[in-house]
Amino acid sequence: MGRYVIRRLLQMVPVFIGTTFLIFVMVYALGDPVAAMFGDRAPDPATAAQIRHAMYLDHSLPAQYVHYMKQIFTGNFGTAATGQPVTELMGSAFPVTIRLTLVAFAIEAVAGIGLGLLAGMRRGRFADTGVLAFTLLVVAVPTFVTGYVLQYFLGVKWHVANPAVAEGAPIGDLILPGLVLAAVSLAYVARLTRTSVAENARADYVRTAVAKGLPKRRVVTVHLLRNSLIPVVTFLGTDIGGLMAGAVVTERIFNIHGVGYQLYQGILRQNPPTVVGFVTILVIIFLAANLLVDLLYAVLDPRIRYA
Amino acid sequence: MTATDTMAGAPAPATATAPLLEVRDLHVEFHTRDGVARAVNGVNYSVNAGETLAVLGESGSGKSVTAQAIMGILDMPPGRIPQGEILFQGQDMLKMSAEARRKIRGRKIAMIFQDALSSLNPVLSVGYQLGEMFRVHQGLSRKAAKARSIELMDRVRIPGARARVNDYPHQFSGGMRQRIMIAMALALEPDLIIADEPTTALDVTVQAQVMDLLAELQRESTMGLILITHDLGVVADVADKIAVMYAGRIVENAPVHEIYRQPAHPYTKGLLQSIPRVDRKGQELYAIKGLPPNLLHVPAGCAFNPRCPMAQDVCRTDVPPLHTVGAGRGSACHFWKETLGD
Ligand SMILES: Nc1ncnc2c1ncn2[C@@H]1O[C@H](COP(=O)(O)OP(=O)(O)OP(=O)(O)O)[C@@H](O)[C@H]1O
Ligand code: SF4
Ligand SMILES: [Mg+2]
Repeated sequence: MGRYVIRRLLQMVPVFIGTTFLIFVMVYALGDPVAAMFGDRAPDPATAAQIRHAMYLDHSLPAQYVHYMKQIFTGNFGTAATGQPVTELMGSAFPVTIRLTLVAFAIEAVAGIGLGLLAGMRRGRFADTGVLAFTLLVVAVPTFVTGYVLQYFLGVKWHVANPAVAEGAPIGDLILPGLVLAAVSLAYVARLTRTSVAENARADYVRTAVAKGLPKRRVVTVHLLRNSLIPVVTFLGTDIGGLMAGAVVTERIFNIHGVGYQLYQGILRQNPPTVVGFVTILVIIFLAANLLVDLLYAVLDPRIRYA
Repeated sequence: MTATDTMAGAPAPATATAPLLEVRDLHVEFHTRDGVARAVNGVNYSVNAGETLAVLGESGSGKSVTAQAIMGILDMPPGRIPQGEILFQGQDMLKMSAEARRKIRGRKIAMIFQDALSSLNPVLSVGYQLGEMFRVHQGLSRKAAKARSIELMDRVRIPGARARVNDYPHQFSGGMRQRIMIAMALALEPDLIIADEPTTALDVTVQAQVMDLLAELQRESTMGLILITHDLGVVADVADKIAVMYAGRIVENAPVHEIYRQPAHPYTKGLLQSIPRVDRKGQELYAIKGLPPNLLHVPAGCAFNPRCPMAQDVCRTDVPPLHTVGAGRGSACHFWKETLGD
């Protein structure tokens, strides 16, 4: 198991370098940050060159990348367009987005697996058809439509939930945005679980469990569900990244000042430190989530652990 | 509990001691898209305590479906039991509640499946899967259950049981895995074990070892054994009596040695001739011509008639009843006398 973890960690290094470098290049291609500072006015060439030098922009792109990486590993993420250090923005934005993502993740996992299990166990019957129709509907409608519709009905018209999220983003306010964010993934999880459960329900080892005289509950939870969840866990893990990306849209709908908001501002104002810094942290979170899933996967399936 | 003291209220047994298990006129059908497949059509057989019944027949003849009906693990739907009785220790299990049947499974009747690799849960250790029997049925603690699991593994002669109790099914060889299945079936010392082709998935050399183990464990106890197989070769050594199935019916039943000496049904005769034998080495192996019938369209009359070398007109119209051929012997053939005489 220890060697497995080390191998997975080593595999992450090139992925980290590759993705962050790619982002670096893309942001660089956005345009000249110095020109952006001056807006419509043409900057004085001498001043511009000075700023360029101060910002390390007069070096080659790979050299800039290495310089940038060195700086962030000492905790210096540069300054944002507002003049604040980027780390300060991160400190306020990431906790909000992570909380939103976790709320969405919990909804996705619990409701998705629950619905999938229900449908898989009653294949072809009413509950199954109902779940299938529901998932189809959710997948077909774009997230921002679901978002605005739910915000209008639940928030504005019926006052079931807060239509906007209060300062500090308390968990209670995040349930509706979390539901919107989770909706599509929830549908996929439900479908994946349903297929997996239906397939495993016919497996020989489930028949053995019944033949052993185990109570139905035990057959389902210990034997059937555990095996059926292996592919679902993989999906859930890789989807953490997807949820964080989706949060950008959801945050706009519900006016949440999280990572999405800051990234949007960073791109709008062509501020490389903000964009690259935020994305780098996102990449790290994504990689960590993947590692966690791989470990969980190994815990669930001994055939991988001992391979 | 013996077989006799549970007989109160049940129909009087024909013999002095009632059989441990008696299947009476069992029918099982599957409702499929293409129609109703009658997989079992009036099967009768019985097993006494300490006795081994071998159930023989080609693929699709309904051997496993009958066993699943006895265990209560049929897929229902699509399966259905429109008719029949399954008397276990005198009581009809088909009339019991689901909970009462569950308590019989594993504890009083246990089953060994063909493919141990797929029949064991891949993500749970063998110790856990064995221990589950004790934990669920006897309320033992995890620790006590583990100790019992190690004992069981020793009993089926798995080397280094203590060290291997936490291993997973894929870490064992095929023969060892089947021993684990056997251990699981033996765990609660059931009265009856149904072994559904327990050695088919194994190498030939391992087959004999596993079969010997099973026979030995059964000899030491009073449990009954139903051994399902399509290999007539292994039956002679271990079985007391044989039931031959064809298209969901018993076509012949007999004490084991009589059937080898003198089959009373043309199908049994064909099966016997198709066993490879040392004294007939070099000769071409006999095979029954044709294929088993499609269960959606079983031939009228005797289901075996399209493939039977002795078939007459009557065979195409009348279903042969199970004629009594001798003590404890029956044959479902219009021409059983002629078959015997051959
Ligand atoms: N769940 C099911 N749904 C539909 N048909 C089934 C089902 N289970 C069994 N059958 C049918 O019942 C028939 C008898 O099957 P069974 O498994 O009892 O044969 P068998 O004698 O055990 O053969 P084998 O030697 O191949 O194991 C087969 O034709 C099979 O297609
Ligand atoms: S009844 Fe007829 S067809 Fe059937 S086995 Fe006997 S002789 Fe053959
Ligand atoms: Mg079978």
